[in-house]
Amino acid sequence: MPKRSDIRSVLVIGSGPIVIGQAAEFDYSGTQACRVLKAEGLRVILVNSNPATIMTDPEMADATYVEPITPEFVERIIAKERPDALLPTLGGQTALNTAVALHESGVLAAHGVELIGADVDAIRKGEDRDRFKDVVTAVRAATGHGESARSVICHSMDDALAGVAELGGYPVVVRPSFTMGGAGSGFAHDEAELRRIAGQGLELSPTTEVLLEESILGWKEYELELMRDRNDNVVVVCSIENLDPMGVHTGDSITVAPAMTLTDREYQILRDIGIAVIREVGVDTGGCNIQFAVNPEDGRVVVIEMNPRVSRSSALASKATGFPIAKIAARLAIGYSLDEIPNDITERTPASFEPTLDYVVVKVPRFAFEKFPAADATLTTTMKSVGEAMAIGRNFTEALNKALRSVEKSGSQFDFGSGPGDPRELGDRHALLAKAAIPTDGRLNTVMRAIRAGATPDEVFEATRIDPWFVDQLFLIKETADALGAAERLSPELLTEAKRHGFSDAQIGAIRGLREDVVREVRHALGVRPVYKTVDTCAAEFAARTPYLYSSYDEETEVTPRERPAVIILGSGPNRIGQGIEFDYSCVHACFALSDAGYETVMVNCNPETVSTDYDTSDRLYFEPLTLEDVLEIVHAETQAGPVAGVIVQLGGQTPLGLAQALKDNGVPIAGTSPEAIDLAEERGAFGRVLAEAGLPAPKYGTAFSFDEAKTIAAGIGYPVMVRPSYVLGGRGMRIVYDEPALAEYLEHHAGLISEHPVLIDRFLDDAIEIDVDALFDGHELYLGGVMEHIEEAGIHSGDSACALPPITLGASDITRLRSSTEAIARGVGVRGLINIQFALAGDILYVLEANPRASRTVPFTSKATAVPLAKAAARVSLGATVAELRAEGLLPPTGDGGTLPLTAPISVKEAVMPWSRFRDAHGRGVDTVLGPEMRSTGEVMGIDTVFGTAYAKSQAGAYGALPTKGRAFVSVANRDKRAMIFPARALAEHGFTLLATEGTAEVLKRNGISATVVRKHSEGPGPDGEPTIVQLIHEGQVDLIINTPFGTGGRLDGYEIRTAAVARGVPCLTTVQALSAAVQGIDALGRGEVGVRSLQDHARDLTAARKG
Amino acid sequence: MTTTPAVLVLEDGRAFHGRAYGAVGETFGEAVFATGMTGYQETLTDPSYHRQVVVMTAPHIGNTGVNDEDPESRRIWVAGYVVRDPARTPSNWRSVRSLDDELAAQGVVGISGVDTRALTRHLRERGAMRAGVFSGPALGDHATLLERVRSAPVMTGADLAAEVATTEPYVVPAVGEKRFTVAAVDLGIKGMTPRRMAERGVEVHVLPATATVDEVYAAEPDGVFFSNGPGDPAAAHHPVDLMRGVLERSTPLFGICFGNQVLGRALGFGTFKLKYGHRGINQPVKDLATGRVEVTAHNHGFAVDAPVGEVSETPFGRVEVSHVCLNDNVVEGLRLLDRPAFSVQYHPEAAAGPHDAAYLFDRFTALMEGQRA
Repeated sequence: MPKRSDIRSVLVIGSGPIVIGQAAEFDYSGTQACRVLKAEGLRVILVNSNPATIMTDPEMADATYVEPITPEFVERIIAKERPDALLPTLGGQTALNTAVALHESGVLAAHGVELIGADVDAIRKGEDRDRFKDVVTAVRAATGHGESARSVICHSMDDALAGVAELGGYPVVVRPSFTMGGAGSGFAHDEAELRRIAGQGLELSPTTEVLLEESILGWKEYELELMRDRNDNVVVVCSIENLDPMGVHTGDSITVAPAMTLTDREYQILRDIGIAVIREVGVDTGGCNIQFAVNPEDGRVVVIEMNPRVSRSSALASKATGFPIAKIAARLAIGYSLDEIPNDITERTPASFEPTLDYVVVKVPRFAFEKFPAADATLTTTMKSVGEAMAIGRNFTEALNKALRSVEKSGSQFDFGSGPGDPRELGDRHALLAKAAIPTDGRLNTVMRAIRAGATPDEVFEATRIDPWFVDQLFLIKETADALGAAERLSPELLTEAKRHGFSDAQIGAIRGLREDVVREVRHALGVRPVYKTVDTCAAEFAARTPYLYSSYDEETEVTPRERPAVIILGSGPNRIGQGIEFDYSCVHACFALSDAGYETVMVNCNPETVSTDYDTSDRLYFEPLTLEDVLEIVHAETQAGPVAGVIVQLGGQTPLGLAQALKDNGVPIAGTSPEAIDLAEERGAFGRVLAEAGLPAPKYGTAFSFDEAKTIAAGIGYPVMVRPSYVLGGRGMRIVYDEPALAEYLEHHAGLISEHPVLIDRFLDDAIEIDVDALFDGHELYLGGVMEHIEEAGIHSGDSACALPPITLGASDITRLRSSTEAIARGVGVRGLINIQFALAGDILYVLEANPRASRTVPFTSKATAVPLAKAAARVSLGATVAELRAEGLLPPTGDGGTLPLTAPISVKEAVMPWSRFRDAHGRGVDTVLGPEMRSTGEVMGIDTVFGTAYAKSQAGAYGALPTKGRAFVSVANRDKRAMIFPARALAEHGFTLLATEGTAEVLKRNGISATVVRKHSEGPGPDGEPTIVQLIHEGQVDLIINTPFGTGGRLDGYEIRTAAVARGVPCLTTVQALSAAVQGIDALGRGEVGVRSLQDHARDLTAARKG
Repeated sequence: MTTTPAVLVLEDGRAFHGRAYGAVGETFGEAVFATGMTGYQETLTDPSYHRQVVVMTAPHIGNTGVNDEDPESRRIWVAGYVVRDPARTPSNWRSVRSLDDELAAQGVVGISGVDTRALTRHLRERGAMRAGVFSGPALGDHATLLERVRSAPVMTGADLAAEVATTEPYVVPAVGEKRFTVAAVDLGIKGMTPRRMAERGVEVHVLPATATVDEVYAAEPDGVFFSNGPGDPAAAHHPVDLMRGVLERSTPLFGICFGNQVLGRALGFGTFKLKYGHRGINQPVKDLATGRVEVTAHNHGFAVDAPVGEVSETPFGRVEVSHVCLNDNVVEGLRLLDRPAFSVQYHPEAAAGPHDAAYLFDRFTALMEGQRA
């Protein structure tokens, strides 16, 4: 069936900010969809509030709305753009929920917009657990296989208590309906747990509904990715097996593709069920994901759930097979059938087939529990990981070891270095097995230690329920390590064998007591090097035209010679807090820009969620770990294939930056800013000299090696001071301390710090304005990309702080100072490419906080806010182009820069999105939500409008849901904030808000003529006549806006209870006075009803015109 | 796991080194690759693989061990087995022994640790060819081994059906109420085929490949079936004659795989050897009548040479190509327009593979039903 001729314009909804459970994979899928739809000649209208995405690049759609993804805003876009159709299946649960809301409110019908890709009934059948149960029953009738876990639907706590009895007792699984990424799910082992988990689930569920289910913990877990077209052709794209059995969310499990431990009969049963489910649910066109549990004792199959849309798993499946699910889903949605769509990789066979793999894919999740020390790190059915790495090998052991090192976290790889098999060192195997029985981050390492301590395969299976085949593979790895340890010398056979099981040079070195580079030298001398194989969808049955490569220690390589010079771009690895999609954005832009400039682009990355690992992005894709060893081998292979112009390390964040010096030492040409310059900026002493030479002030600081030294330094600098360990980046472990006792407490808490690593103590600039600058330097000319003014004061990590561009309170003289300081630093450091500098303006002194000679997290935001592709320009500069040349070419504006934006330029506000609601402590309580110097946000949104207030209001709506314009506002601030709070509080009252306040704050308000109702603190408990506390009021939904700034030490617990209640109820909660002032401006704008929608293309057109004028 | 060295030598001189897997010794056959990720037990016991050295593209083989329910015939037929990473410990609730032991017990010589992808690419580019696998005492210098490979028989022109088919007739009873009787000519039949018919109320009389027309009609069948099987259809003179005898009587007729090629030849079409064949469980086949695509199991090195998209006149009336493979447009099915006969080149009985084409058995029972009315 050919393309439908009645659809000429399509609205695509993205997934909004990166949050746990909904991450970069939707940028990948959305970008694919936009490209395909545009290529088909349709007008593509896109809405996504996330500026860090490739999909919101203006060239990906005809009209790009960086606006909040709420029914209200999307309705305005629909009214303005009048699309023929809405494609809701590529933007995760956010897009699906928004589409359903627009359908239900009649907006789609009123504007004649057809929902394509899935209809509302299919969405409901897939997501409503009760209706899905009926689907499974029908499927069983048709196929003879598959059933649902026994379950009951509950709408109240009484229902839940009765439900447990009906299911035959604890444990039971609690699953709230219609939440994203399984939010709020968990196992209840007793009534207390049931009350907690189900209570919270009822609140989280938009339909106040939870499902209780019999426990199928420990069963084997599988997923199938399916696609269906309008002709009812169905294909299974990929099977995925979870190494971690049932009980751990699939996003938090180590997963393997294809399924490893099913016979054909069993696999075909899953396939039959899957096909029957997609038909029964009625996904007319597009993809879906179905999850199964299989009882390892008898093969009984329980169908767990299905997602009638592309998902994280479908992104993984696309990368694992080379079959681009989202791209094909977009084509199917506009009328094509599978057999009309060519397979991209072979180019001459159709997409109506099922990929077959001649390799093994392993995905390992990456967690960020170190950022949330209070959070319970046990893995459950609620997803907690923030990213993932994927690796490909010719066998499981190779893929697993590659994936574990791709995760790039200390301790993620198997450690065979410690005393081989010495049980005293490893610990008791029974204790290790008991530990391994509880799924946590790094459980596999515990399993390996248990094996090394003498556990048998049966014992490992009994403790973990990990399938015996996988357990045997772990034994195989262990035996290989033993052989390495026992051998007299490293023979070529032994080395080859170890490499075929995925051992890194570093692991081999640790076993042999050799340095990594020595192992590498020996290996190269013996001629043991990897070859590169192609991911081709068809196990080599047909020739592959698309070079999507992975390494393996096998016989024959498939890297083909090339003529043009290549640029190798190193990506950023798994998403983590502080290093996410923003860096992928820059890498992808480098690919596009360098390809346009005539280079052959070679991308290296191991993150399956991203656009950079789409084989369409670069000329060659190496899906490989980003370690020195793996990168050196790729550089070697590409050097054999043709000329290599350079390796770009400055765009992928800390991961490639950390490799720069070692690569250079190994003779690899680094493009742009040299490793020495990178070092210079990171080394405090050297950087201090650069600043001194340029005459730029930095806050006073010192390095302490003992507590006494710390006290002296802090006293010399003057409190408050910022303290942090010297060896980490991203603000990890950073704290602001206001006095000596707090300093003592910090040092005691981090006792290991001072003995092993010195502590850095910086002056903390209270009440300073923090400013972020992104700039481009070619050695002669500076292009100031953008100046961002933080909303929150200095001291809150820039990644967690909201900011405005252009700066809202800085004048031309400030910009001039920033420009000259930036240029002096860029020149002094020796930047060729991007640099990001953080300044603090305190009093009238402009302090330099830090400089990073690389692409920053804010590059995509700056690029979108100023309509200039900074990362593209940076890639070109790093390969020798000048700012002047790029201006002439049109990549940069002919005159002016991001510091000289016209007054009519729109204001863009970036707001960070925090993962609070995802984490609970071991007792099930929420974790505190106070911002600090350590970055903890997972993503960001952008609000863009002509004035600051509206832009800020949009950023809040995009991040947390709309700001309220009326109702009750609760105010409780720290003493130091009371003065600053008066003005905005008065404005709230004038807007008609009823103010609630704790006693101290209420007193201040009343003295300033602002009436406020006193409410009881949590610590005071309910009053004698049952007067509720503020926490109770929040839980009852009686509060619409919360202003609560952290109180130093006193009142700490109260603040914690208030903020966690706010998170649980989804009430906007402002934790700084600056945010309050901004919110008041936003509420003001909302109140005037001035909030419209405007595409980036329209903004850019005006900006270009204004620049010329 | 053995560490005995082994080598696979192709007739064009390329050699792949590895370790012995299964039995130690030597074996010869036509090297072909199979791309299914599941179903090694079914593949090994499929008689169509007789005299072939099968290269598995999926790297991990043997993970689910061996059970007694999944074999497609009484023994393993492959001449040799080439894998990359055999399982050390099988894991499955139905497994009764390891694949390694099973191969050794049945004397099947295999090789593991081979770069199977390189080998597959080689066969794809150069075509299926003769190969030998040598291990242990059978190893020797390359020239000697190559000479032995080159003196092994070729597949073209090989008449093999009788070597794999049953020598005695047997009956597979209908499941439930018996509705039809089918005479199934065994050219290398897989166990799942009569089972799929039996599930539909068919009593299946499986006959040796050498059966005569009289023997076929002895059970007064409602329909006649021609099975899959090994070898070159151009050498299958007896089955072609037998098929013509059935066509003349206008008995409902269904053929699978080799049966499709035999039907093609009986109708006067030629058959030819594909460069490297179709062997996998992911092949897209289009039903030209409905436009629907089914994902199907294939195992064929030869194909029928019939015109696609037009109706051909034959001694048995008009014939059209009913199915084609979308990967390469090879003929995957024939349908007679004037007689109740059809056949497909692929495997609706699956085992291993998807069940998308199981409807063809219903089509066969419908033909028999129609003939009765």
